[in-house]
Amino acid sequence: MKLPAFDYASPATIEEAVALLATRSGNAKIISGGQSLVPMLAFRLAAPELLVDLKRLQGLNRIVIGEDGVRLGAKVRWCEIEHDERLKGAHPLLVEAIRHVAHYQIRNRGTVGGSLAHADPAAEMPGIAITCDAELTVVGPKGKRIDKAFDFFKGSLTTSLAPNEILTEIKLPPWSADRRWAFLEFALRRGDFALAGVALHYHLVDGKIADTHIGAIGVGDRPLRLHAVEAVLNGKKLDEVAIEDAAKTARESVDPPSDIHAPAEYRRALIGTLLARALRRSAG
Amino acid sequence: MKVEFELNGKHIDADVEPRTTLADCIRDQLKHTGTHLACEHGVCGACTVLVNGQAVRSCLMLAVQAQGERVVTVEGLSREEALTPLQTAFRKHHALQCGFCTPGFITTAHALLTEEPEADEERIRDVLSGNLCRCTGYVPIIQAVLEARSAYAHKDDHE
Repeated sequence: MKLPAFDYASPATIEEAVALLATRSGNAKIISGGQSLVPMLAFRLAAPELLVDLKRLQGLNRIVIGEDGVRLGAKVRWCEIEHDERLKGAHPLLVEAIRHVAHYQIRNRGTVGGSLAHADPAAEMPGIAITCDAELTVVGPKGKRIDKAFDFFKGSLTTSLAPNEILTEIKLPPWSADRRWAFLEFALRRGDFALAGVALHYHLVDGKIADTHIGAIGVGDRPLRLHAVEAVLNGKKLDEVAIEDAAKTARESVDPPSDIHAPAEYRRALIGTLLARALRRSAG
Repeated sequence: MKVEFELNGKHIDADVEPRTTLADCIRDQLKHTGTHLACEHGVCGACTVLVNGQAVRSCLMLAVQAQGERVVTVEGLSREEALTPLQTAFRKHHALQCGFCTPGFITTAHALLTEEPEADEERIRDVLSGNLCRCTGYVPIIQAVLEARSAYAHKDDHE
């Protein structure tokens, strides 16, 4: 469990960081909190020639709440989201999801950008990005580009990031206080990656569900939006019939993986159960 | 590579390979063997140290990333003359047997109670879920941390 050998650089600006990433023909990697990357190195699943530490870069650790939504810099750590009193009102779904990320010690170093760029299909932050139609800012040699979350996640541990690009910020669209929401996940032990999880939010208009957003983690090769389930719920009253319909549709619309943690059928059943529970919880 | 940081109040000037974890640097080079290493991939919590007062896994941090930071290990939480309140509570409640995981539990509990001296049992259980113990069954550890809370609340009043 000793890491493979690599070179290390700690640039002071984002331009320097991007330039450094280009020096090893694609075999350099960004490190910040290191909570996903260092275990990958320990298992020799990654063997970069160069690690570029974002530690000295300024301005990537801000949480900005404005009319355009909630913007999180790539270096914002989980503990900073947990402790930000403003976010409890500005994005309660985000705060609840982040409470489920790993363990106390990891939440003190793990970052928003690291989790998004690592793109584990069971991770909470990518799930929230997909559920909320987040926009991700990426900086590369040609400057800035904005990617929609849907276009960013390409598969398990795979994103749209080029080897010489750096994710700098995620923007979640504005939240309104009257939105109904819930986040639920199930893991065998607290802090483990979830076997499955659900994030959802919607409006009630004259007692009927509207503008539903439902995301699922742990049941695909990337975080998923369950559009078929959203369609089932939009325009309905939130009663047990609608909840059972939604759960059935959720089970039918995923094709989860089997691994040593759980077989596909278990995950399929779980996503229906979690969705039903989440809908009941959101009703208050 | 040269790295400078503070370890238990003392200035450290070390020469490390970039791939050296903070844990290996502390144990092998600086000979502070109180920090224990078990899983070496961020699961067990035995290697927990405080970086700028926050509990982190030293096996998931590179030594070079500690540049300019304030690091405290379990040695830095002891006193010459007597046991600390946390140590006393661990002893009283038999919160350790083989002791391998204990440095991680002590550093984690210290960070938690320093920040949240009012932490309730649920919060303590949540935080300590990041540390594995194969001897105690955890109940005595929870009891010890619950009991140690009063010492931290008192300290808070005077600082």
